[in-house]
Amino acid sequence: MASTAGAAPVAVADVEPDTGRRRGLTGYLLILPGVLWLVLFFVVPFYSLVATSLYDPAGSDFRGYEMTYHFQNYWTALQEYWTPLVRSLVYGGIATLFCLVLGYVLAYAIAFKTGRWKNLMLVLVIAPFFTSFLVRTLSWKLILADDGFVVDFLQTVHLLGEDGRLLATPVAVVAGLTYNFLPFMVLPLYASIDKIDHRLIEASSDLYANPFVGFWKVTWPLSLPGVVSGTLLTFIPAVGDYINAQLLGSPNQRMIGSVIQSQFTDANNYPIAAALSMILMLLILAMVLVYIRKAGTEELL
Amino acid sequence: MSQVAEASTPAAGDGTTYDGLRLRGVTKSFGAFTAVRDLDLDIPRGSFFALLGPSGCGKTTTLRMVAGLEAPTSGTITLAGQDITYAKPYRRPVNTVFQNYALFPHLDIHENVAFGLKRRKVSGVDEKVREMLALVELESQARKRPMQLSGGQQQRVALARALINEPEVLLLDEPLGALDLKLRRGMQIELKRIQTEVGLTFVHVTHDQEEAMTMADTVAVMNAGVIEQMGAPEELYENPHTTFVANFLGQSNLIEGVVKSRSGDVVTVDMHGIDVSIPAARTHADGDKGWIGIRPEKVLIGDPGEELDAPGNSIPGGVVSDVSFVGVSTQYLVRMPWGQELQVFQQNTGHRRLYRTGEPVELSWRPEYAFLLDFSQDASAGAEQGDD
Repeated sequence: MASTAGAAPVAVADVEPDTGRRRGLTGYLLILPGVLWLVLFFVVPFYSLVATSLYDPAGSDFRGYEMTYHFQNYWTALQEYWTPLVRSLVYGGIATLFCLVLGYVLAYAIAFKTGRWKNLMLVLVIAPFFTSFLVRTLSWKLILADDGFVVDFLQTVHLLGEDGRLLATPVAVVAGLTYNFLPFMVLPLYASIDKIDHRLIEASSDLYANPFVGFWKVTWPLSLPGVVSGTLLTFIPAVGDYINAQLLGSPNQRMIGSVIQSQFTDANNYPIAAALSMILMLLILAMVLVYIRKAGTEELL
Repeated sequence: MSQVAEASTPAAGDGTTYDGLRLRGVTKSFGAFTAVRDLDLDIPRGSFFALLGPSGCGKTTTLRMVAGLEAPTSGTITLAGQDITYAKPYRRPVNTVFQNYALFPHLDIHENVAFGLKRRKVSGVDEKVREMLALVELESQARKRPMQLSGGQQQRVALARALINEPEVLLLDEPLGALDLKLRRGMQIELKRIQTEVGLTFVHVTHDQEEAMTMADTVAVMNAGVIEQMGAPEELYENPHTTFVANFLGQSNLIEGVVKSRSGDVVTVDMHGIDVSIPAARTHADGDKGWIGIRPEKVLIGDPGEELDAPGNSIPGGVVSDVSFVGVSTQYLVRMPWGQELQVFQQNTGHRRLYRTGEPVELSWRPEYAFLLDFSQDASAGAEQGDD
C-alpha cells in the first residue's frame, strides 16, 4: 500500500517539469517572429540612427562610419537649428488646437446628428486620402494664391492690406497642417464620442445640467480618450512635417522636418540630421508622457 | 383677497389649484405612429402610482414627456399648478431613475449622487450625499466606480442620485427590469419603504403586473396609447372593465353570453343555456351580448351533483382535460359542453381531492365574483403579453 502511494507522486514529478519546460519553449518560439520583426525594423534602424548622430563630422568617410560618441553634434544641432525646432512645435501645437476644435464639432455632429448619413459622412472624412498628400497641399497653394478668391475677399473686407498675402506666411503653413491632419483627429474623436451612451446626456439634463454644463461634465470627460489619441496622432506628425512648410511657406517658415530633410539629402550632413531627429523624437516623447499623465488616460499607453 | 379665495376653492375642473401631476389631452406622435393618444391623468401628490402595460403601449413615452425628454405633440402637463409642458428637463422639479440606470461611468458613486445638487449649487452637498448613501445602504461603496458595483447596488445608486434632489415627482422607468427575480422582490419592498419614508410622488412604469400591484397605491393599465382602466390594485383585479385588463392582470375565463334581463342590481345572462347572474355594478357591457368573466381561483370544482359553496351559478357537464400540480395549488383545464376550456385553480388545502384527466366534474362560482364585459372587445386581448 505504502509503496504504491509513494510511487505515484514520483511518476507525476517525472512528467511535470518536462511538460513545463516544453511549454516555456513554445512560448518563446511563438514570440520569435515578433521579436525578429522588431529587431529587423526597429532595433537595427534605431541603432543606426543613434550611431549616425554620434559620428564625428570632421572624420573621413572611413572613420565616420565608426561610432565615435561625438555628443558635440547634439549641441551644434541645437545651437544652429533651435529656431525651426521651436517653430515646428508652435506650428504643430496651433494646428493641433485648430484640428481639435474643428474635429470635435465634426465628430460630434457625425456621431449624434447625422442619423442614417453617418457612414457617408465618415467616408467623406477619409475620402481625401484617396489623392496624394502632395497634390492636396499643392491645391491649397491655388486656394491661398495671391490672386485667389480667399486673398481677394480678405482684401475687400480690409483684413489684408492691398499687397497683403497668405502664401509664404505662418497662416498658410498652419492652415495646410490643420487641413492635412484633420482626419487623424476626427476618426479617434468619432470613435470615442460615438460610444457615449445618449442616455447619459439625458440623465445629466434630468439632473439639472443645462446643455453647456452637461457637455463639460459628461460628454467631454467621456470623450477624453479620443481627445488624447487624436491630439497625439495630429501633433506628432504635424511637428515633423516639412511638406506644408516647403510648399505653402517661405524659408522664414522653415520647420524642423525641412531642416532634417535638407541636411540628409542636400548637405550630406548625416550626423547633424540624425542628431536633430533624435532631439525631435525625445522632445515629443517627453511631451507625450507628461500630457498623458496630465490627462489621466494612462490606459492608452 | 382674491388669492385667498382661489386657494380655498377646491380643485374643480381644469383649475390650476391641483397640487399633483396632471396630464390633459396629451398626445404624442412619431410620424404616422401615435404612441400616446389623448391621455388624461391625475396623479395625486405623495402617491405611489404605477403605469402598467405591455412593451410599446406608450408608457415610457408618457414618462419621458413628464421628464421633459420628449415634447408632447399636443396637450398640457401641469405639476403643482405650474404648466411644465414645454419646460426644459433641467428646469423641472422631476427626476428619473432610468431603465439601465445611466450612471456616469467616469464619476465615482459619491460624485454620481452629488451631481444634481452640485448643478443647483446647493450647500452641504457632502453631508447630504452621505445621508442618502446611508439610506440606500451604500456608504462603504462611495469611492467606487459604477462598473465595480453589482446590478442591485447600481440600481440603488440610481435611486439615490434621483432621490437626493427631493423632486416633486420621481419617475421610475422599469427600474427593476435588469435585476434577477430574487433581487427584484427585495428591491420592491425597499422602494415601497423609501417612498413611504420620504413621502414623494413616485410614478413607476413597468410591464410586470405583479410588481405594479405589490408596490403601487394606484395602477393605470395602459394599452396602445390609451389608459384602459385606473384604480387600486384590488379593484382592477376584482372588477376589470375591459378584456385587456382582465387578461393582462392575472388570468380570466371569458365566456360568451346573451343578456336576458337587467333588473335592479342584478343582470341575468344566458351562458350556453345556463342562466348566470352578475351584479349590475360589475357589468360593463351595454349590448345584448357580453363576455362573462370569472377568475380561475374563484371557480370551484366538484363531482357532478355535489353541493358546492356557491349558490346561484352551477355549470354541469365539464370534463377535466389537463391537470398541473404547482404545489400551492392545482390548475385544471376543464372542457365545457360548448367546447371551451375553462381554467380552474384550486388551493391545495387538503380538504378536497385531486381530479384526474378525463373525470367528469361540475363547476360553480359565486355570482358576486363574476363580471360582464363588452362583447365587441377581443376576448384574447392582453392575454399573451401578461405571461411574463
